Amino acid sequence: MNEAGLRAASTAVSAAVPAATVENLRVHFGTTRPSSPVVRGVSFTIAAGECLAIVGESGSGKSVTARSLLGLNGENAHVTADRLDLAGQNVLGLTDRAWRARRGKDLGLVMQDALVSLDPLRPIGREIADSLRLHTTLNAAARARRVLELLDAVGLPNPQLQVRKLSGQLSGGERQRALIAAAIAQNPPLLIADEPTTALDVTVQAQILNLLEQIAHQGTAVLLISHDLAVVSRIAQRIAVMHDGQIVETGPTTEVLGAPQHEQTQRMVSAVPAEKPRGSRLSPASRPSDSSRTAAVGPLAHGATSPIVLDARSLSKSFRRPDGTKHLAVDNVSLTLRRGTTLGIVGESGSGKTTTARLLLALIPPDRGEVTVCDKPWTTATQKSRRGLRASVGAIYQDALGSFDPRWNVADILTDALGNTPGRRSPQITAALSTLLDEVSLARSVLQRRPLELSGGQRQRVGIARALAARPAIVICDEPVSSLDVSVQAQVLDLLDDVQRDRGLSLIFISHDLGVVQHVSDQLAVMRGGRIVEQGPAEALFASPQHAYTARLLAAVPRL
Amino acid sequence: MSGLEVQADRAPRSRPFSRHRRPRAAETIAAVLALFLVLAAVLPDFLAPGDPLGIDPLGAFQSPNFTHAFGTDESGRDIYTRVVHGTQYSLVIGVAATAIGLSLGIVLGTLAGMLGRIVDFTVNRFLEVLFAFPGLLLALLFIVIFGPGVATATIAVGISTAPGYARIIRAQLISVRGKSFVEAATVLGRTRWQILLRHILPNTLAPLFVLATLGIGQAIVWAATLSYLGLGAEPPTAEWGAMLSAGRTYITSAWWMSFFPGLFIVLTAVSATVLGRSIDKRMRHA
Repeated sequence: MNEAGLRAASTAVSAAVPAATVENLRVHFGTTRPSSPVVRGVSFTIAAGECLAIVGESGSGKSVTARSLLGLNGENAHVTADRLDLAGQNVLGLTDRAWRARRGKDLGLVMQDALVSLDPLRPIGREIADSLRLHTTLNAAARARRVLELLDAVGLPNPQLQVRKLSGQLSGGERQRALIAAAIAQNPPLLIADEPTTALDVTVQAQILNLLEQIAHQGTAVLLISHDLAVVSRIAQRIAVMHDGQIVETGPTTEVLGAPQHEQTQRMVSAVPAEKPRGSRLSPASRPSDSSRTAAVGPLAHGATSPIVLDARSLSKSFRRPDGTKHLAVDNVSLTLRRGTTLGIVGESGSGKTTTARLLLALIPPDRGEVTVCDKPWTTATQKSRRGLRASVGAIYQDALGSFDPRWNVADILTDALGNTPGRRSPQITAALSTLLDEVSLARSVLQRRPLELSGGQRQRVGIARALAARPAIVICDEPVSSLDVSVQAQVLDLLDDVQRDRGLSLIFISHDLGVVQHVSDQLAVMRGGRIVEQGPAEALFASPQHAYTARLLAAVPRL
Repeated sequence: MSGLEVQADRAPRSRPFSRHRRPRAAETIAAVLALFLVLAAVLPDFLAPGDPLGIDPLGAFQSPNFTHAFGTDESGRDIYTRVVHGTQYSLVIGVAATAIGLSLGIVLGTLAGMLGRIVDFTVNRFLEVLFAFPGLLLALLFIVIFGPGVATATIAVGISTAPGYARIIRAQLISVRGKSFVEAATVLGRTRWQILLRHILPNTLAPLFVLATLGIGQAIVWAATLSYLGLGAEPPTAEWGAMLSAGRTYITSAWWMSFFPGLFIVLTAVSATVLGRSIDKRMRHA
């Protein structure tokens, strides 16, 4: 990290003037009839060099609040406030033209998806130089120097090489760094980061958070927006929890997390899975019957004594790259799953987790090695004999929506999974559907709806119900909660725990999120570059990781 | 708890309102026209009680007037009656030809999309050869071999549209085949046939109904073209293309003989296209 570059990125805004002051901000959308406001009376200030985090679930109004500071809420938005100041100057009701002059100069924005934020056909150097060209009097040579300086400041190695790259040639973390470089190009006193690390691997996420923290240390105010308390707690000095368009709790990070006052904050704190013991609840009881279960967490079938239900021996799989070379996606992977336990597989993108899942599901044949299910041949069996065994192996997918036939409603999906013709109705089927829905805590009313009309959490519940319908012994979950908000994730994880307990299921739980895996796993395998670098009982592995990579992953996990 | 329903997990609006969008004026007119054409095809005597072949040599070459709204032809036959009675030929030819083209396309496209690389390669090269000929030329070739007539013209038009359908079906099939719900069905232990019939084909063919609606208009124009060339329905059959051809000789003196059949060909094709597009739009938004 180049200190000089970061110093250059900071500005001499006097500490007395806050970078932003917001008082009683209200935003509602709609042109004719007044709709219910999305933001209802939000107030906060950010001092120079401070990092304030606004945390809330999707729909809580946190992004709309941030966009009000940028004048980016669109034509339909009605923004009112008692005060809306940036660096001591009122910005309420600015014209488009006046806004354009301020964006980039007075404040920078970093968004979640750097891939869509950067023009895919222009080198990143040009993207960064653009804002300099628009707002400064620097000449071309000076701009080029500044771009290199910025890329160095955000920790991109070999800036001379990187400026010519297109956004598609960079990794997710590099893209996010480039985006941050563009945002701080003109030393704005305020940097707004809207879910800046949500799409990134844990270790990359940690690096980006460190970078934001350093930027704040250099005197820039940072407004961090996230749905994940654990992520922001790492760098934010103050936290504001938003719920339903209002800030329900605010204060220094340690206080808010140490003694959360509002119910919403408490829910969000308890939803963070990392370091919560296996089997403990993450979400408040959603059913009355749950409360009894919450109290008495029954013992799980632990230990090395229960029989092996799935055994994978030395699996290897390679793919041909477009240029003809071979890519070894899975390299000599051996796993065993015992009845009633959960085997967690953790790894970053490209580590071969999903290929492993597909091999275990016998969707693709391994090049070498074999998998047995309940001591019967699985990957080596003929299609026909494997089909007989399919019922005992279920699957839950990350993209629940894509895993449902778009023409079917929930009743069709589950009727089919129960082994009946979709559309057929009989008292038995209705009863079976009701039982399934009860088990995943869904109302009867979802039966007639299509997956497209359901929320993310409801979709994943339908996905779980489908996997359970055939009464499997094993369920393979590939990133089942990755696309969900932390609080919805907590409910789905609790649900998986419940059904595992009730049915004595054996689970393979694949995720990039070590915090989640830590919470759900009995056994753990850490994957990197197609290999398992470490595996063993989860507790022991977390207590004293043997491999350096495991230790690094562990250190990067956001916790409270 | 009641005030804290999980925000993050709000279900999207249950139905997008675009589906209930009010029809545009053009769509309403097209629908009324289509209704009229279907009525003309099913109950021609209700709209035009006369005999389409009944001649009246003394009343030949009358321009449009109160007794003969569309005028009369060289043998004194009422053009309006003939146009109405001709609707059934055109519609039947259009629908039948599209059905033939679509069926052939489904078979070829499914073979190519499902049976592995060798079959895919073979079918594709075959389709490319067919594509090299303009559709009408292909139809003419077929008629040269099997002789003119309404049936051969219909089959000829059907065959010449098949390669286009086959290609679209193959592409759609390959994209649907790779969707994760197909994988999910495999995991549930469904056989290849079950997956093909329950998931892949329905999801492949649903978007094709729109194309077929558009195709009917096209097929009617082609069938009329063949008849005009004397290779489809033969005079004095009251078929639009054949009527057009008969009127050609007198086009300078009796324009109505070719104008009204031509107008109906255009109106039919346009209404099929407008309806097809509007169904397509609604399905896309839904």
